[in-house]
Amino acid sequence: MVAAEAVRTWVVVALVVVGSVFLTVGTIGLLRLPNVYNRMHATSKPATIGAVSVFLAGFAHFGPGGAGLPSLVGIVFLFLTVPTGAHMIARAAERTGVPFLGSVTWPGKSDDE
Amino acid sequence: MATDATVVAVVDAAIVLAAVLSLLCGYRAVRGPTVPDRVVALDAIATNVVAIAVLFAIKTDRGLYVTVALVLAIIGFLSTVAVAKFVTEGDVIVRQE
Repeated sequence: MVAAEAVRTWVVVALVVVGSVFLTVGTIGLLRLPNVYNRMHATSKPATIGAVSVFLAGFAHFGPGGAGLPSLVGIVFLFLTVPTGAHMIARAAERTGVPFLGSVTWPGKSDDE
Repeated sequence: MATDATVVAVVDAAIVLAAVLSLLCGYRAVRGPTVPDRVVALDAIATNVVAIAVLFAIKTDRGLYVTVALVLAIIGFLSTVAVAKFVTEGDVIVRQE
């Protein structure tokens, strides 16, 4: 049982470290990318992967009973809601006239309304 | 099961890192040139706070804080959708005639 405890410890540590790295990448992208659409890409994908990795660390720590199942529910919830929120923010930014970079255009501009 | 000392040390460092990252996102929320920039920055702060809640649950070995993280994720999603609707149409609930 000592070996199993050690394995669980190192799995939790590795998942927490990976999650911290991805959260850092998302924040750096939010600070340094040039446009609101590019910043949204940085915060929706790497920051979500970081939070999901931390949730997986919670599942590895608590096990399938107790608080492990809400961790998996949190992963499913993040994967459902973060793309939805990013899509709505992108549409709101385009409707309020935030300009695109370079030659980028909105797809299906004429029949969007 | 008590949390291992190595896990507690790593999780402490991760909590401090996530707090600093939230402050950096706050810079974008203050300086962002447009309103969607600020909304995206607040969404990133919400994601960081969810991660902090789960890390706190691992550190103190109290599973209740995973539920707290879930509730925070729900609040972040609802606020993002509400602000997106408000920015687009000037009203959160629009009656369709």
